[in-house]
Amino acid sequence: MKNKKNNNKRTVIILLILAAVIAAVPLFVLKGATFGGSDDAGSQMVSQITGGSYKPWFTPVIEKWIGGELPGEVETLLFCLQTAIGTAIIFFFIGRFYERKKMVKLSENKKEQVEDDNSR
Amino acid sequence: MTRKQRLILTIATALSVVFGIVPGAFAMHIMEGYLPATHCIVWGVVCVPFVIWGFFSLKKMLNRDRKLITVIAMAGAFIFVISSLKIPSVTGSCSHMTGTGLGAILFGPAPVSILGIIVLLFQAILLAHGGLTTLGANTFSMAIAGPFISFGVYKLCLFLRVNKKVSIFLAATLGDIFTYCITSFQLAVAYPSEVGGVTASLLKFLGVFAPTQLPLAVIEGILTVIIVIGLESYAKPELRSLGFMKKAETEMDGE
Repeated sequence: MKNKKNNNKRTVIILLILAAVIAAVPLFVLKGATFGGSDDAGSQMVSQITGGSYKPWFTPVIEKWIGGELPGEVETLLFCLQTAIGTAIIFFFIGRFYERKKMVKLSENKKEQVEDDNSR
Repeated sequence: MTRKQRLILTIATALSVVFGIVPGAFAMHIMEGYLPATHCIVWGVVCVPFVIWGFFSLKKMLNRDRKLITVIAMAGAFIFVISSLKIPSVTGSCSHMTGTGLGAILFGPAPVSILGIIVLLFQAILLAHGGLTTLGANTFSMAIAGPFISFGVYKLCLFLRVNKKVSIFLAATLGDIFTYCITSFQLAVAYPSEVGGVTASLLKFLGVFAPTQLPLAVIEGILTVIIVIGLESYAKPELRSLGFMKKAETEMDGE
């Protein structure tokens, strides 16, 4: 049991490192690349196919509300907010589950002890 | 103002204009206004039955076991986190993942459509990323097609007795890639090439998206495995209630 738990821990660490490496390698290998969004590449492809005549017929609502493009910093803020909300929810529950497991174990131990005392 | 100051000001302005023009667009979702109205409506209509199915199956799941709301919230939050992370890729552009594989593996594909729509609405309204007009098309690719493939791959792997972690990895990775294939297909149908028609366009769009997305799909697979390991160690009662873990099974078994 204990052994298996350590195994999982090792797997998680190795996998995390692997994920980080895959994400980081292009930054170091492709020096000077712009790393724009591939949406951009998508819209370039659209204009290539249509001969550059296509104009989007609807602008994002937020750009309409604020009368222009969303400032880069604000966009970063909103993306961060999205990440933060998600992370908060995940780890709130992970924390609860973690404590719950501890409590269950504790109460089980207590029960066993009481039973031991009784049988004695 | 001295000449030097003016020069600096000019350079700063020029830089800010240049960076301001670069559209704040990131990969994955079809941009607002980039699909003809008929396509928007058709994709939207296609989504409706799936979303209704998803709503009812979510409701049924919650009626059966109220406590499952925690795991459902976590799967939704996972999509939130994963789809907000823009990661550089080998092609020199950035893209982000879908995160829908986890929900599909845990609950089956239908409920994920609801979770996916929430994320897509958030991004379409607040982030100008994706769009309201293309919501139908994006929902279909990210919240319906992707999860269905993930679910299918996962079940197939279990049937073939593939290692559970490997199954989860494959399901999440292939679901992510498939989402992009659908996106490419949707764009190709909307913009057939003059020579070669839809197929030629499809290949072109795939050529843009696929190399970027491939490494990211692998990362998504890895992250999904990690979160499942976490859930399996701490949320056993919920996973058992979902039928994801059998009663006797306490730890993720290799064989």
